[in-house]
Amino acid sequence: MKSIAAKKVIALTGNDAVAEAMRQVNPDVVPAYPITPQTELMHKFADYVSDGDVKTELVLVESEHSAMSAAVGASAAGSRVMTATSANGLALMWEIVYIAASSRCPLVMTVVNRALSGPINIHCDHSDSMGARDSGWIQLHSENGQEAYDNVLQAVRIAEDTDVLTPVMVCLDGFIISHTIEPLEVIPDKTVQEFIGEFRPVHNLLDSDKPFTFGPLDFHDYYFEHKVQQIKAMEKAPNVIESVGIEYGKLTGRKYGHVETYKTEDAERIMIALGSTCGTVKATVNELREKGEKVGLLKIRSFRPFPVKEVREALAGAKAVAVLDRSASFGAQGGPVMMEVRSALYGETAPPIKGYIYGLGGRDINPDHIKQAFDEVKDMASSGKSSDETGFLGVRE
Amino acid sequence: MKAKGWKDLAIGGRIEEAGCAEEFETGSWRTFRPVRDEEKCIHCLRCWIFCPDSAVLVEDGKVTGVDLDHCKGCGICEKVCPPKVHAIDMVKETDLDKEE
Repeated sequence: MKSIAAKKVIALTGNDAVAEAMRQVNPDVVPAYPITPQTELMHKFADYVSDGDVKTELVLVESEHSAMSAAVGASAAGSRVMTATSANGLALMWEIVYIAASSRCPLVMTVVNRALSGPINIHCDHSDSMGARDSGWIQLHSENGQEAYDNVLQAVRIAEDTDVLTPVMVCLDGFIISHTIEPLEVIPDKTVQEFIGEFRPVHNLLDSDKPFTFGPLDFHDYYFEHKVQQIKAMEKAPNVIESVGIEYGKLTGRKYGHVETYKTEDAERIMIALGSTCGTVKATVNELREKGEKVGLLKIRSFRPFPVKEVREALAGAKAVAVLDRSASFGAQGGPVMMEVRSALYGETAPPIKGYIYGLGGRDINPDHIKQAFDEVKDMASSGKSSDETGFLGVRE
Repeated sequence: MKAKGWKDLAIGGRIEEAGCAEEFETGSWRTFRPVRDEEKCIHCLRCWIFCPDSAVLVEDGKVTGVDLDHCKGCGICEKVCPPKVHAIDMVKETDLDKEE
């Protein structure tokens, strides 16, 4: 690997950062339909198409269901395919989201997280992508525009790895990241092309020398085997995510793994979060550390596959854990992140744990909410007992 | 045909060989079997043309029999056999079993 690529710092919104990454990837086909807050992302990319900056075939479809259908078709035909959506757009894709994964199409889709209706709302929470957590897609979360850019480039490599061949969702928080301008480092186009490499589809419907049938009926006699193949591919994904993250780190100085630990080594209380909230938690951790409180953050980057080993390691020394969920799972035992974390700790010498739901429909989370959660789990650290009651941060009673 | 396990099966439900439907025996679905009277048959090949499963066997332009591994017993061959010829009868498999 060559030395760290020439860096260029530019000011971009999260949406523009993803569009920039897509320009550099120069995918063969992008079927897209606009939806807030993803719209500007595709506006920007459509500019690149119109200006001839990319050779992409931009397919302007009549709905998200068609966007994902066209993506699957183009992928089956041997193309490198990308798209993006949000909330209700993802919901309208639903049927084909599962078909893309089960057909093993290595798509990369940016999901600009937005609350899924209803009541109708355009602001950030994770109810859209969390609903798709069992669809068979890999899900990477981004803390800021830089990570959204970096995740999109790595997602291409992860999805297309022949051990994986599973589509990847790159999640970034709507408005909070998508519409915020940040200075971020972009790597040269040539470096991106070298990093992602030429797309070599395993199957290609246009290859008349090797004809095959795509999407046939799959009953009780084969469906189960194909699902186990998906499960096994997802089990192989962690190694690929890790090795791609290390390679990307050598290239850019920004190494990626399944999780990021922030001051967890000696932390007595650890908070777990996804996405942009991690930035607020880090700032609050710094503030509390100045007062001598041993607190830390465990940021989860890959929610699917869920990094069980890394979560166990990071929490091994903790005396209490607070898990933040930006979506609800009605009638369940906490939010989706809470359920994963608690399940990962089952059978381990586990610290007491409490789940919190926050930020639904774009409700702000601020350092006071984070301090409140850190404060509440302090009692658990001394009593050693978990709380089954889900907490709510920033809601009116 | 022994069905493949997840380790050997092509991924994503893909089928990599052409014409593999032949390996899938659908003859067990049949309730009625076409029984052809060799003496009445004029070898017009209407049954061969209309059979949706390509199960009518022909050699040198003459009908030689029915591929019972794939014939689902739909009865189209009986319907298209010219009425004046009436060389094909659909007979219940259970009745044939009794004869056998």
